[in-house]
Amino acid sequence: MAEEIDTQQEYVHKKVENIVFGVASPQLIKKMASAKIVTPELYDKEGYPVDGGLMDIRLGVIDPGLRCKTCGSKLKECIGHFGYIELARPVTHIIFVNIILSLLRSTCKECGKILIPKDKIGRCHAKLDKAEAEGELEGRRAAIKNIISGLKTVNKCPYCKARQQKIALEKPTTFVENDKKMSPIEVRTRLEKISDEDIEIFGLKPGYVRPEWMILTVLSIPPVTMRPSITLETGERSEDDLTHKLGDIVRINQRLFENINAGAPEIIIEDLWDLLQYHITTFFDNNVAQLPPARHRSGQPLKTITARIKSKEGRIRHNLAGKRTNFSSRTVISPDPMIELNEVGVPKVVAMKLTMPIRVTEWNLEYLKKFMERGSSKYPGANYLIRPDGKKKKMTDETQEALIEEVAPGYIVERHLMDGDIALFNRQPSLHRMSMMSHKIRVLAGRTFRLNPAVCNPYNADFDGDEMNLHIPQTEEAITEAEVLMQVQTQLISPRYGLSVIGCVQDAISGNYLLTRGAELRRDEAVDLLCRVGVKDFSKLPSKEMINGREIFSCILPDDFNFKGKSRSVDEKGGNEVIIKSGKLVKGVMDRDNLGEGSGLLLRTIHKNYGENKAIKILGKIFKLGIVYLARNGFTAALSDSDLPEPARMKIKDILNKAEDDVNNLINIYHQGKLEIFPGRTAEETLELKILELLNKSRNETGIVVAEHLNKNTGSSVMSDSGSRGGPLNLAQMAACVGQQAMRGKRIEKGYIGRTLSFFKKGDLSSNARGFIRDGYKGGLTPYEFFFGAITGRDSLMDTALRTPKSGYLYRRLANAMQDLKVEYDLTVRDASGRIVQFRYGEDGIDVSKSENGIINIDRIISNVK
Amino acid sequence: MAKRKSKLIIKKHILIPKHIKLSAKERDELFKKYNISLKELPKIKKDDSAITSLNVKEGDVIKIIRMSQTAGEVEFYRGVISE
Repeated sequence: MAEEIDTQQEYVHKKVENIVFGVASPQLIKKMASAKIVTPELYDKEGYPVDGGLMDIRLGVIDPGLRCKTCGSKLKECIGHFGYIELARPVTHIIFVNIILSLLRSTCKECGKILIPKDKIGRCHAKLDKAEAEGELEGRRAAIKNIISGLKTVNKCPYCKARQQKIALEKPTTFVENDKKMSPIEVRTRLEKISDEDIEIFGLKPGYVRPEWMILTVLSIPPVTMRPSITLETGERSEDDLTHKLGDIVRINQRLFENINAGAPEIIIEDLWDLLQYHITTFFDNNVAQLPPARHRSGQPLKTITARIKSKEGRIRHNLAGKRTNFSSRTVISPDPMIELNEVGVPKVVAMKLTMPIRVTEWNLEYLKKFMERGSSKYPGANYLIRPDGKKKKMTDETQEALIEEVAPGYIVERHLMDGDIALFNRQPSLHRMSMMSHKIRVLAGRTFRLNPAVCNPYNADFDGDEMNLHIPQTEEAITEAEVLMQVQTQLISPRYGLSVIGCVQDAISGNYLLTRGAELRRDEAVDLLCRVGVKDFSKLPSKEMINGREIFSCILPDDFNFKGKSRSVDEKGGNEVIIKSGKLVKGVMDRDNLGEGSGLLLRTIHKNYGENKAIKILGKIFKLGIVYLARNGFTAALSDSDLPEPARMKIKDILNKAEDDVNNLINIYHQGKLEIFPGRTAEETLELKILELLNKSRNETGIVVAEHLNKNTGSSVMSDSGSRGGPLNLAQMAACVGQQAMRGKRIEKGYIGRTLSFFKKGDLSSNARGFIRDGYKGGLTPYEFFFGAITGRDSLMDTALRTPKSGYLYRRLANAMQDLKVEYDLTVRDASGRIVQFRYGEDGIDVSKSENGIINIDRIISNVK
Repeated sequence: MAKRKSKLIIKKHILIPKHIKLSAKERDELFKKYNISLKELPKIKKDDSAITSLNVKEGDVIKIIRMSQTAGEVEFYRGVISE
């Protein structure tokens, strides 16, 4: 252990012990400056930087060929040097206004002492130290704030007994004492009076900060390397935003100087002074609430110092915390149900650009030479050769032969991607760990990434133009880690609810439902079907001419698999039980409750019994079986799917007529004032609630009628019953009645005064005047019904568009707050500093990803032990 | 507002879990069990309405028995702080 530290110390050249932040004094600013800036001009007639201008070559070089006058080095060697300007009048620094305000408020205006009696100062220090011991720096800051706010009301200096005036901040930078403006000069003289000892209470360190330095008398000019100008194609020069701003400052400063020297009237000087204050303020921060932002001639706001550092596009989050990666690729995604779940289809063009580094050994030398012979333009070839000393050589027609000659063990060949290579696949926003999984590469024709539709769920991807990213890990460690920890099968069980995040979707569910609901196939058809799915062992098929769907499905299941569950739909005998005995589906149908993602325990049980690798293979086969069967069987949703027989239509009409009558009845009772009012509600609210309830009930009744009378064998019904898409509600909306359109839980009441549309009478509360759509989509909507549908449609569209960024930001805050919480070995959940957050994770200590839907099934464990 | 004795005894409210003051021995055992000091414990203010009648001082540890959705009954500990 001791040795380890020693070896480390060899490499530690210099060590940062602590960092002190202070405020630059005028002397320091002058000392670190290598030029005094006096003129706003940038270049002379020849285009050469003016001496004493903002582009002075003593401030660094940004043009090739020139040498820095300060350090003598060329472009890119010289890091730039600061300059300064002498301000004609002092100016408040915008960043420090709040500190200045609290300093002014809590010190005496006459003697400059802090407004705390001598005997209490010691106690003050003790309080602050204690706060720091408890809550670290944040605690100290809070305590300082506390003390300062207490001093606001002191109106008599405990030392010189001088009366104190109320000081206010007139935003952004003006201080007002008793309705009288204080000039920065006055403020500065006040601040000068404050002693070094008193400063400490405010959290300022004597020797590093003096309060008066917060009022600027000289301004530091940043080096030109920090604000390089761009030469356009036309030869014109375009200056950086900061240079523009500094030009304004220098110009106004010069004018102020001239006016003062010429003895100009006070008003003119005041105006210029304010203007200088404005320019310097916006130089530091162009987003001050009370100031109009300084703009380009084109009208777009200047990007000054604060904007460079702050927020998402600023230096910290964009340039320092934001990383960019090589060996990655991005393109549109499209589905391919025939590739495996843990595969990703990569276009050939991508496979020929991205590479895999393969170390040359004695044994693979000849094999890799073949790749090199094919070069970079023939698949599968090689793009680069890396020498043992780390030099990278590109494979081109010229270099190819020499490089093939050169390769020897120890070299690294960067060959094209091939089937079976490991890649990380990711879709933003990466909200959970399943948003980035590792897949095996499958090189395919075309220009899109292909993924199995079953893994859309964890990525939350669809194919309406979504793009995804692909990364190729380059080191052995990274590849292994991706393979062992991140492959799709390792992510099968969600850590959120302990069920499979990947399951059958859409057609795969419909197909398996139809197959297991009582399909019968000829033996050759069955074998063909299974073959297509990838089953090669047909010994489980019973030896008879006609084979039913359940027997085909059973071929995929392991022989020793036992399962009991429930399905959402009923089988031909009317039961919803699913029984699998010794790998045979004896009873029940397969639908969303057993095959779908995040529901049902069939997939979870397979995973538990046979492990992730087998589980994903079985799932892949089930998925393909459904799709292939459906494709062979044919599947369509037709307009006639929602046809209802005449008696059913009459029934629905009766239900809706009755509902309408009932509503009118209620309205009459309400108008007579005889309505029975709910406690805590007004009469109007009660009426609305009653009407809503009534209409909803009648819509549901129509739904029941529809469910009873629709043909069970149409595509639409199959989708609804199997749960692959749509539900009974959608069927009812098509066949019978769309129902009440609601906005914010109420019937539609917007529009004109007292009515929704001019088509209705004022005060009409009847069902159809307030957004009840009694027709079905197939039968067709009346114009006003269509309009009500459009209202709610637009409303929900707006709602989602507004909600998405809000919830994204909420998530970001939550993730940042919880990112380093961790379950320790003693089962407590602790934060980074070891503070306990929970004594047991989730209070029950259950690892959800090892549970079934958050529950540990003790009954099964017991029965397994038996 | 004049001092008025509230009839509501917060401790007895159905939504307030049971708060129990740990003895010095129990407290030390807890600290030893989790290898912690008072700093690492979640905090509770001394004047928290739920523990006013327990006669606590700074540095005491309160055991809270809560009903939990996931685990039935759960023990939770908080260290008493002033203000």
